[in-house]
Amino acid sequence: MTDLSLNPAARKRMRTLVTPEGVALNLELGTVGQRFGALALDMMIVIGTIVAVTIVLAIASSRVEGPTAELMQIVWLLGLFLLRNAYFLTFEMSARAATPGKRVMGLRVASRNGGRLTFEAIFARNALRELELFLPLTLLAVGPFMALDGGMGGWIWLLAVIWCGTFVLLPFFNADKLRAGDMVAGTWVLRAPKQKLMRDMADGGAVHRADFAFTTAQLDAYGVRELQVLEQVLRSNERVTVRAVADRIARKIGYDRGQASDLDFLSAYYHAIRERMEARLLMGKRRRDKFDRSA
Amino acid sequence: MSELQLKSQRFRREREADWRRLEALVTKAEKRSASALSDTEILAIPVLYRSTLSALSVARETSLDRSLIDYLESLSARAYFFVYGARSTPLEQITSFFAHDWPAGVRSIWRETLAAFAITALGAIVAYVLVGMDSEWFFSFVDAGLVQGRDPGATEAALRETLYHTEGADGLSGFATMLFTHNAQISIVAFALGFAFGIPTIYVLLMNGAMLGAMVHVFVSKGLGFEFGGWLLIHGVTELFAIILAGAAGLRIGWAVAFPGRKTRLEAMSSAGKSAGAATMGVVVMLMLAGLLEGFGRQLITSDHIRYAIAAGSAVLWGLYFYAPRPAKIGSARGGS
Repeated sequence: MTDLSLNPAARKRMRTLVTPEGVALNLELGTVGQRFGALALDMMIVIGTIVAVTIVLAIASSRVEGPTAELMQIVWLLGLFLLRNAYFLTFEMSARAATPGKRVMGLRVASRNGGRLTFEAIFARNALRELELFLPLTLLAVGPFMALDGGMGGWIWLLAVIWCGTFVLLPFFNADKLRAGDMVAGTWVLRAPKQKLMRDMADGGAVHRADFAFTTAQLDAYGVRELQVLEQVLRSNERVTVRAVADRIARKIGYDRGQASDLDFLSAYYHAIRERMEARLLMGKRRRDKFDRSA
Repeated sequence: MSELQLKSQRFRREREADWRRLEALVTKAEKRSASALSDTEILAIPVLYRSTLSALSVARETSLDRSLIDYLESLSARAYFFVYGARSTPLEQITSFFAHDWPAGVRSIWRETLAAFAITALGAIVAYVLVGMDSEWFFSFVDAGLVQGRDPGATEAALRETLYHTEGADGLSGFATMLFTHNAQISIVAFALGFAFGIPTIYVLLMNGAMLGAMVHVFVSKGLGFEFGGWLLIHGVTELFAIILAGAAGLRIGWAVAFPGRKTRLEAMSSAGKSAGAATMGVVVMLMLAGLLEGFGRQLITSDHIRYAIAAGSAVLWGLYFYAPRPAKIGSARGGS
């Protein structure tokens, strides 16, 4: 995730936040696709709830009269208002700063300046949904009627759609993928993946290390990038890949592994080159990859 | 085996328990809320966060275990958002909103408030004059759904009836709720539309003023001006002020988008958005009160003088609440703004 050597698209999404302690944290912006997915999920929840509540109240109110029926009307009106306005607001105010849709997509809202996320900011970013979401949806809904009206109706509708479109498509046209609400509120939407602490692949290598002996030249064949690829190969532990990689490395460094198992050989080699590279790292020498001759 | 351990493996082994503890605490806080944590746990988080952050810096320089660095990176970010995120309770936030943020937000848009007031007044005057020249204009200013027999063709008696008629206590609360949700939605829209350089907001304010002016003309021409004033202002002081404030908040946004001044456009927008956002949230509260006054107060109180007294009282109260000088908020250096 944070590997800046990955691909250019991923690198373009990385942002650095310097904490008050002076440590730079790497954060990844959510993509427009992820955000659209989150929005679609949230809208399904909201609209689903509205439909369910409406049906239940409609059935219930047809059986009662007087004050109870009026109470139901109030519940319905307030419920609609709250779902439209408070759904996003309440969830984004919580400790996870994310609606259920955003949680599923692994996103969260954060303040762009690294400060605290205030109530006003969350209100502002969600109030702007009126312009970016509800107005265009209304337009789409009335579109057919305006077009069928004949005359200028269709053209006016087209102009309105283009006008709205500029706000809807805003996230595509800026580097930070900000929508209008984010601009006004000073927020952005970040990836918040939960990374598990996985096994250190050197643990396996330590056991078999004594069975293999490598020369310094053999240990200097690769750089950090190859080391990390090897780490992934060991972690995935797929037999075919492990065999192929083991053959490739053995050939490259000219090592005859005899009857030793592929996995044991790779683990030991991983342990050995990591030891060597980490020792050099302490001297301030980081060899990026096998082509890097500077260190 | 132990002599074969790498330094980075020992480093991880010595600190792993702390990281796991921080991860468990942050997960607990995220799953439920900060209040689910005990005092000891709350105090432990910043300490664990700092040690994790320093472990991250060390690991970046000395370890080549990619998964370890990724883990520390993600854990530090999660803990960072917890430590520096909004950590006040909902009650504190509500108190701070009413005591400080809302009036401060309203004061910060005073120029736009005057402008929004002027735009509304302009709409009202133009509509008043136009309806005076040709009563057909009335129907282009007033929404058909709101007319309910209050059109220029109505007789004086019928108009007087609309001012004092009571529907009984039944149906009032439903009516009040409908008025509130409708108006609150309109004002949130007026705020959001401000982003389009404020132009749609100006249009909303003009039309709102025009409707007012047209209505006023209908009643004044039948000699019911004074009575109509009481009927309108009992809730109208709060409601019209709220709509003007929502429009002003929209104009503030539009102004920042169009003319950011010395700040960058993004900075100008976000600082305008926060103060104007606070004002608009307040507008929703005002409209809730206005809905109550309109739904209950106006239907139950039919004396002109009491209606005017309530109108004047609410004007004074809002004026004092928003604009009266007050001591600066202690510790007003707020992070993040």
